[in-house]
Amino acid sequence: MAANQSEHGTISPLLLKQEGRGMSVPVWNPAIEFMEREALERVQFANLRQTVAWALKTPFYRRRLAEVGLTHPEDLSSLRELRNLPYTTKDDLRAAYPDGLLAVEVEQAVRLHTSSGTTGMPTVIYHTRRDLDCWTELMARCIVAAGATARDVFQNMTNYGMFTGGLGLHYGAERVGMLVIPASSGNTSRQIQLMRNFQTTVVHATPSYLLHLHTALVGEGVTVDQLKLRKAFIGAEPHSEETRRKIETLFGIQAYNSYGLSEMNGPGVAFECVHQTGLHLWEDAFILEIIDPQTLQPLPEGQTGEIVMTTLQRQATPLLRYRTRDLSHLVSGHCPCGRSHRRLARLKGRSDDMLIVNGVNVFPSQIEDVLMKTPEVGTNYLIQLEKRGSLDRLVIKTEIYAKLFTGDPRTLDDLRERISEALRSVILVKPTVELHEPGSLPVSEGKAKRVVDLRPAF
Amino acid sequence: MAEQLSVFVDNRPGRLNAITGILRDSQINIRAMTIADHRDYGVAKLLVNDPHLAQRVLMEQGFAAALKPVLAIVITDQPGGLHELLEILAARQINVLDAYGFVVAPGQRAVWCMEVDDPVEATRLLSTHGLHLLADGELYTKYY
Repeated sequence: MAANQSEHGTISPLLLKQEGRGMSVPVWNPAIEFMEREALERVQFANLRQTVAWALKTPFYRRRLAEVGLTHPEDLSSLRELRNLPYTTKDDLRAAYPDGLLAVEVEQAVRLHTSSGTTGMPTVIYHTRRDLDCWTELMARCIVAAGATARDVFQNMTNYGMFTGGLGLHYGAERVGMLVIPASSGNTSRQIQLMRNFQTTVVHATPSYLLHLHTALVGEGVTVDQLKLRKAFIGAEPHSEETRRKIETLFGIQAYNSYGLSEMNGPGVAFECVHQTGLHLWEDAFILEIIDPQTLQPLPEGQTGEIVMTTLQRQATPLLRYRTRDLSHLVSGHCPCGRSHRRLARLKGRSDDMLIVNGVNVFPSQIEDVLMKTPEVGTNYLIQLEKRGSLDRLVIKTEIYAKLFTGDPRTLDDLRERISEALRSVILVKPTVELHEPGSLPVSEGKAKRVVDLRPAF
Repeated sequence: MAEQLSVFVDNRPGRLNAITGILRDSQINIRAMTIADHRDYGVAKLLVNDPHLAQRVLMEQGFAAALKPVLAIVITDQPGGLHELLEILAARQINVLDAYGFVVAPGQRAVWCMEVDDPVEATRLLSTHGLHLLADGELYTKYY
């Protein structure tokens, strides 16, 4: 339970006076958030041993850790020895699906989130009641660090359900004591109506959705002056500083970058504080490493590489040295807010070929699978990403197979629709499917060449 | 029955003339042609003097081309000429799916080409009404 939380529930976050600076920053859990580095590392080590103990309850980690001679948490004598442990990959999670990484009895688990099928093979993360409580605590820290309070009206414009962004922010915002509107994603007219009726002050959405929302506002003749919006939490898709500034200017608000991934609960991993100088990663809950994705060696602080994370507070599904595939670097120096938890820079992208389309993860291999199962189209294809207004548009160009051409355009129109629908059921994004002449698309071996991203640099 | 050539074609500049160029190189004459726009592609339907040769040369050049029987009916090139034919079909609830026409002797004769939902019944019906349905050979020689 957070330091400033009463047994009656939540209270407003502290406004902590920073001595010597004469400024105050909002903070949820000062004891942890301002903890001295040395003490923080002691917490990390204790939590790491606990995590190893949990991990050893799974057949996966019992086998994996035995390979490096680790059969007991006490075998680990320092934080540095984490580096001797093997990495865990997305493929490991897929292979362990559905319960190979479940470290508690089913009756102790109270929720699961699967990767909602957006990654080819599903993955699953389980939570105990305590795990959810820890996640909610991290979310509350993020929300308060970004300057939101119990007085705010919070409209959560991300999908509820398996997608972790909805429920993650929801419970965090409730714990802070905000008035939460669980609007979920889409239905822009209704979002605008809710914002006006309840004088929403803070929203959570993908950056592209906020740009879309602004276009819709203009279309409905609503000016931002008619809203009470003051902050936005933006995440779930990579975006540039320019996009953030654009959102801030269009709405006349502050926008804060959120980083999370379903394997690390979801949102609440790292978040910008009011100073917007990088995303504080909660190091009592995660051990962060940055590695070279090719050599797998740790990189010196400040160099860009793949983010590797170890969970420190999740009993039901502990993960050791999980390779996120996300690329970033550590921001050097201290944040003016005074938090001791180090900052990640804005994400550079992915180390693999995943595409992010309107916040949804799409793998070219999934698209290829669907096309290869459709005899009426050939094997050449092109995945094109475009911007239409502020939303992403996914165009799949395929070639018809000459021998199955009947001459009937209606059959072709049906084929186009059938492929589009088959893709939607797999990647959760409905693409525009185009049919082209045999041999008209570039022939290429590698997947990378099959993707053309025409979206302006974000 | 006449045979119509359908060719799949990308909806971008330079593709239709790729088809007509291949046909010219094989000395194939086009009697009639229609093309329907389907956003990213079109289907060109052609009546040519040698549909089988046309299909072969187009497919050799990588085009998807298919042959399909089509009703080609001689009508008078006078007011009401087409109406007379369509009345017969309408009376029997036969639906016209796709159609185009061309004049062979101005003021006298035209040819109406169409795909219908029931070609067998349409053929029977039009023949009993004394209308002339053209076969392939007739289409490319007699009315030239």
